[in-house]
Amino acid sequence: MKARRKEEGRWAWRLTGFITLCVYIFMFAPIVATVILSFNASMFGGFPMTGFSLQWYYKLMANEQVLAAFRTSLWIALVTAAVTTAVGVVTAFALVRFEFTGKQALSTLVIMPALVPETILGVGLLVLIKAVDQPRTMLLLVLGHILLAVPYVVLITQARMVGIRRVYEEAALSLGASRFASFREITLPLLVPAVVGGALLAFTISFDNTSASLFWRPAGVETMPTQILSMLKISISPEINALGTVMILVTVGIPLVGGLILQSLTRLKRRGQPTEEAR
Amino acid sequence: MVMERRWTLYDPRLAWMLVAPVLVLLIFFLVLPIAVMAAYTFFTFVTAGVETSALTTANWHEFFTDSYYSGFLLKTLRVGAITALLCGVLGYFPAYFIWATTFRHKWLLLLLLIVPFWISFTIRTFSWINILGEQGVINVALIKFGIINEPLPMLYNEGAVILGMLHFLLPYMILNVYVSLEGIDRTLISAARSMGCTSAQAFREVTLPLSLPGLAAGLLLCFVLAAGSYVTPQLLGSGRDALFGNLIYDTIMGELNWPMGATLSIVLFVVLGFFAAVYTRYMGMSQIVKGLGG
Repeated sequence: MKARRKEEGRWAWRLTGFITLCVYIFMFAPIVATVILSFNASMFGGFPMTGFSLQWYYKLMANEQVLAAFRTSLWIALVTAAVTTAVGVVTAFALVRFEFTGKQALSTLVIMPALVPETILGVGLLVLIKAVDQPRTMLLLVLGHILLAVPYVVLITQARMVGIRRVYEEAALSLGASRFASFREITLPLLVPAVVGGALLAFTISFDNTSASLFWRPAGVETMPTQILSMLKISISPEINALGTVMILVTVGIPLVGGLILQSLTRLKRRGQPTEEAR
Repeated sequence: MVMERRWTLYDPRLAWMLVAPVLVLLIFFLVLPIAVMAAYTFFTFVTAGVETSALTTANWHEFFTDSYYSGFLLKTLRVGAITALLCGVLGYFPAYFIWATTFRHKWLLLLLLIVPFWISFTIRTFSWINILGEQGVINVALIKFGIINEPLPMLYNEGAVILGMLHFLLPYMILNVYVSLEGIDRTLISAARSMGCTSAQAFREVTLPLSLPGLAAGLLLCFVLAAGSYVTPQLLGSGRDALFGNLIYDTIMGELNWPMGATLSIVLFVVLGFFAAVYTRYMGMSQIVKGLGG
């Protein structure tokens, strides 16, 4: 009896493992197929593979529209990441360290942009600027992206800030540091992982944003995702697979390589300290 | 002269100064737009792109009497619910596996869950065309092995739309469930086992109930994101598979009927807000916060 039960448990575990494997395959199969197809020599964007070729990459590098969209997205994302991180960290600091009336309401309001569908945010802002008769501008688009990224930066920073004891800051203050100096010298260095993580996430959110950008972009401006969308409307050319592969390389490769370098650096540092616990 | 009160260490005035930039942004880009949109639902539509501020209930009347709109809403809620449930069922297993496994490189499994968030959502969505399309992996393989003669029409239907949404929502679900599993005190499970529970009983009586908050948060998040989606139906569905988000986009950007577009947006906002409110009434906000920031 007991042996049979144990057998059942093993089967349940194997089934769990099998479904997990299937889910991982499900998540990565389309991406792998896209990367493979980007090297296809065939004229059509699909299987079978007729040979290896880099022609679609050359074609992509010569596509002025794509390059323009890439540049636009890049600088919007950089500005969004910088500004969102700055205002988000300060907001998280206030929400964790201070007590004030309306704090609870504000905490809820701050995460709203992550929960309200982008279509609604998109239409809302358009209706507002139409009501006051203003045109769609780049500034509007960037501020919109900042709005979309703020919840994530605030949440990540809050989670880290809760773990930093306020006595460190207060010690600095009692030793004569100004408020700003104590924040800069004590709080900020302790927050670095959250700041870096938040900035990366804000960059990705902006660089990747599609639905809201479709509403907010000024006439004639394409960001990378809206450019892909309009390319897909015409036809599914292998060029899009190449574009996808380049984007994957940029958005996955950079954080991954960065993380690995950081990890090996800390490992090297640790090796230098002989008393570190042996695991 | 007015005497200024001395500033205390954690003075609320300083807090307000610190949150001011974000607060102003939230007011002008979130609160005010939704308020103005609500007012716009009572404006009169004249012709494409033109409306007057003469107050009317015509938009609401049209919404409630024309079954076209309610049909769209019901279809959107149905697709959202199916997607969320499938996410829940398919997402629980990997979350449980990652939590319970003794595999040394657990971090790798977690990293692989986060990687999709870095890949452009548009690219992840269109990459399904390479799998399901007439020249996609499945059709080409099946034809090559002589199982079928004609490519199967797997794209541009509701199934493909749900599949695409499943693809982008599963990591949210898995991470949400995983976060709540991580919060379980493992000694509780050892205790249950030592009291004579089988592993199945221990799972049913201890692990599953304690992970339900994460599952519920994941379900809400997946439902809201699926029901509010625009890109996935646009890329993987046909015209008939358009969801409420596409309807809103077409009403505003295509027909330039702003009052009706505002009405539809407010409807979606209220309906999804209702589900979120029911959820927070029973579960609170904290689990969602954990899921988003984790």
